[in-house]
Amino acid sequence: MLRLFHEVRIDWLGKRRIFIGMSILLMLAGMGTALYRHKFHPNGTDAFNLGVDFKGGTVVTARFKQPPAVEALRSAINAAGVHDAVIQPVLDKPGEFLIKVPHQGAAEAAETQAGVDAARANVRKALNTFGPEADPNKKTLDEDPKAAYKIEGTDAVGEVASKQLRNQAIAVTVAALIGMLLFIAFRFEWTYGAAAVIAVFHTVLVTLGLFSIFQIEINLTVIAALLTLVGFDVNDSIVIFDRIRENRKLYRRMSLYDVTNLSINQTLSRTVITSGLVFLSVVSLVMLGGQTLRPFSLALMFGIMFGTYDTIAVAGPIMVWWERRIEASNRAAATRQANAAVTTRNASRTDRGRKDIGKPSRAA
Amino acid sequence: MKKRSLLQRSIITAVITVIGLYIVIGPHGRRPHLKDFTWSGVKANLAQNIHLGLDLRGGSHLVMRVKTEEYLKRLTEDSAVAAQNAAKDAGFDVREAHAETSAGNYRVLLTLGDPSKMNEVRDAVQKKVDLNDGAGWSFSGSGATAAWSLSGSAQRLLAESATDQALKIIDSRINAIGVAEPTLQRHGGQNSNRILLQMPGISDPEHVKQLLAGQSHLELVHIISPASPQPAQTYMTKEEAIASLNSGGNIPASRRVLPYTEREDQLSTEANANTPKPKKFVVVESPAIIDGIDLRTASAIPERAGGDKYQITFSLKKNGADKFGTWTGANVNEYMGVVLNDEVKSIAFIKSQIFDQGEITGNFTKEQGEDLALTLRSGALPAAIEYQEERTVGPSLGQDSIRAGVQASLLGLGLVVLFMLIYYRGSGINAIVALLLNMILMLAGLIIFGATLTLPGIAGIILTIGMAVDSNVLIFERIREEMRSGKTIPSAIEQGFKHAFVTIIDTHVTTIVSSIFLYFFSSGAPMIRGFAVTLALGLVVNLFSAVYVSRTIFIWLLSRKGRRAESLSI
Repeated sequence: MLRLFHEVRIDWLGKRRIFIGMSILLMLAGMGTALYRHKFHPNGTDAFNLGVDFKGGTVVTARFKQPPAVEALRSAINAAGVHDAVIQPVLDKPGEFLIKVPHQGAAEAAETQAGVDAARANVRKALNTFGPEADPNKKTLDEDPKAAYKIEGTDAVGEVASKQLRNQAIAVTVAALIGMLLFIAFRFEWTYGAAAVIAVFHTVLVTLGLFSIFQIEINLTVIAALLTLVGFDVNDSIVIFDRIRENRKLYRRMSLYDVTNLSINQTLSRTVITSGLVFLSVVSLVMLGGQTLRPFSLALMFGIMFGTYDTIAVAGPIMVWWERRIEASNRAAATRQANAAVTTRNASRTDRGRKDIGKPSRAA
Repeated sequence: MKKRSLLQRSIITAVITVIGLYIVIGPHGRRPHLKDFTWSGVKANLAQNIHLGLDLRGGSHLVMRVKTEEYLKRLTEDSAVAAQNAAKDAGFDVREAHAETSAGNYRVLLTLGDPSKMNEVRDAVQKKVDLNDGAGWSFSGSGATAAWSLSGSAQRLLAESATDQALKIIDSRINAIGVAEPTLQRHGGQNSNRILLQMPGISDPEHVKQLLAGQSHLELVHIISPASPQPAQTYMTKEEAIASLNSGGNIPASRRVLPYTEREDQLSTEANANTPKPKKFVVVESPAIIDGIDLRTASAIPERAGGDKYQITFSLKKNGADKFGTWTGANVNEYMGVVLNDEVKSIAFIKSQIFDQGEITGNFTKEQGEDLALTLRSGALPAAIEYQEERTVGPSLGQDSIRAGVQASLLGLGLVVLFMLIYYRGSGINAIVALLLNMILMLAGLIIFGATLTLPGIAGIILTIGMAVDSNVLIFERIREEMRSGKTIPSAIEQGFKHAFVTIIDTHVTTIVSSIFLYFFSSGAPMIRGFAVTLALGLVVNLFSAVYVSRTIFIWLLSRKGRRAESLSI
């Protein structure tokens, strides 16, 4: 039979300093870039390239029969009184352009500022200089012989709505993390839950950092992708934790350190195969999913890579480190007052700690 | 016993598969016929059964907010006028009536001539006007000022009911326009006062937008003027009109100054259509005799037979007609005005008692006239609405997205299938069966729950493929491990499933828990909701397809090989 890994015996936890160091470096790089952009705005960039969902404004997708030059489009749009528009040709669909118009709030009356503005109408006015628009009753541009262009779609989000979406996106991500923390704490120990959640949080931060570095647009679908990552990542952690739980019953004399290494190694082929297969699906999404889904697919692609890495490199070490500290403090407490009851919460832990983590650890 | 269990498992699997398949590709609401078994028949049924979201199907998605603060403001102002009138009617001296309306703070203030009559004034006002505790107003008196303030909870309650009322009115307007299969519902959390409207197939919603937001507040008012045959009293400027009130430059609560455009001025030719029309001003009595809510019907008819100018004729409901009849009976020869959106459209003197008919002239074109009649019929919006989100997707953009999504899914699925067959050989088939079943049942679930398939939903499906494969990998790797540790094939399979099952449950429940969180926290983002629904559904289905069905196939394999099975293609 085909086997990917044969009797691996890697001391993963022994390399924890390198791993954690690398993770911190990656996080710092991403967050540093974001902060730098936030402060100095090189080339007019911001910490994150937020889409209309979160920033407000309008995106008009227009298709042309004879695509004009980007510069010609820009000057026509400027002439129509729309400022700071970003014009982006759609790479995989020739003749199609995304025209992103920031909120033109200042020009509007104060009363309507909260709503969406008439960017669509203004952009249409500009595009009409290139020829007539296609009949809205015709399905495609080619069905109308006289037309020069067709507005294929628009996304306009007002300032209030975009703020609400932004808040909701943060709330959803935090809520999902808390839900998982609670569930893992319920099924395992809260240290396990915390370790898994810290690892996931790290992946989310690194992914966001990459989005800042490469200025990939962040929209609602990216949030959906981040939430999926959270799910996948925690899955990986749980598979290893499950194995640790099982192995601790089997090898009662082995230290937590060794059990964790053993469990990571035993589940290594599963981790690699699953992540590899998901990665394959995601790559096909990046290649074929089209421009609309590209930020989503890219978020997943980055996330799957770092998610796989951080289960092994971050979740395991943090969990072991934390459990050991609890064990050490329990032992100290136990020697100080041999017969006195420790706190109720730690009572069961002391018991378990003595039974399971009998052997002094190698790395201590 | 094994035999029985296998039989039972096979029957359950077969029944669920057939039901799932029928839900996905079978005809709904009629008996199947032969054509349903052809490729085109299957495709037609599939297209009919799965509801595609707007992003795939094309259409527009509008989120609007009802400006409820406007509604509360008007309510407070009206209450102030009513309170003043009630106090005066009861014989008390009221120096000033004032409405305080800043965000979150709505108060009616009366300045009394005699502060010692505070309680009597309160009782007199509350007897006639709904400014009591039950309606959410709390009274406080200090010095000469009697104040009623609207509590926060009452504000929210009123805003909610105004939003519900707006929803009903928008619904009737949508129906009148004849939009096909619209979705109209409250949007976002409580107190967000938002409404979501989705209209499939309409990719340019400009006209609908205007029609929905159309303000059409119709009032019939008494115009302060000497009675006919004297001409109606109009003023050239607003200042002049205010000066005629002799109230020191203020407009008292019982009067309003409104612009009025005379008919003759409106008959302008095309040439000077763009020059601003001269406006005059009139003083009218407040409150109005009749408010828009008393309207029964309204329709647009040509002013003259064959003409291209339109006017609106309307009739009043019984209540309104009674009120109108009484008033006109008592005020023959007085002037009356038709006010639309705070502008006097026409002035007429009352020849005799009128009951329920009236007309609005204003040089409307056919379309303007019909739109106006429509908005009048559906009633006035309790407050203006503003558009907060407007998303449109043209039909070809949607089709491109479907094509991209389907291609990506197929490629992903193909790669996964290839790997499973190479790496797990015979057992790979097992995984593929489980995968296909998973997809069928997931689609069936979407159809049963009436959920719509959106672009993020397709992404959810692709991710479910990943999770489904993970379950198989977990099981297969575990069986391999058990075999390596020297167990017999049947016991390796049993132990493999047993151990992997714990992990699978843990991973699935964690992701389902987060999907549930996602669902409840994404009320303002239907796209994310669609994603959460597909993901959760796919995972639940996966527990059946990857664990139960896969196990059944293994049991079947073992039963064919007999007890001394020595090899397993895994």
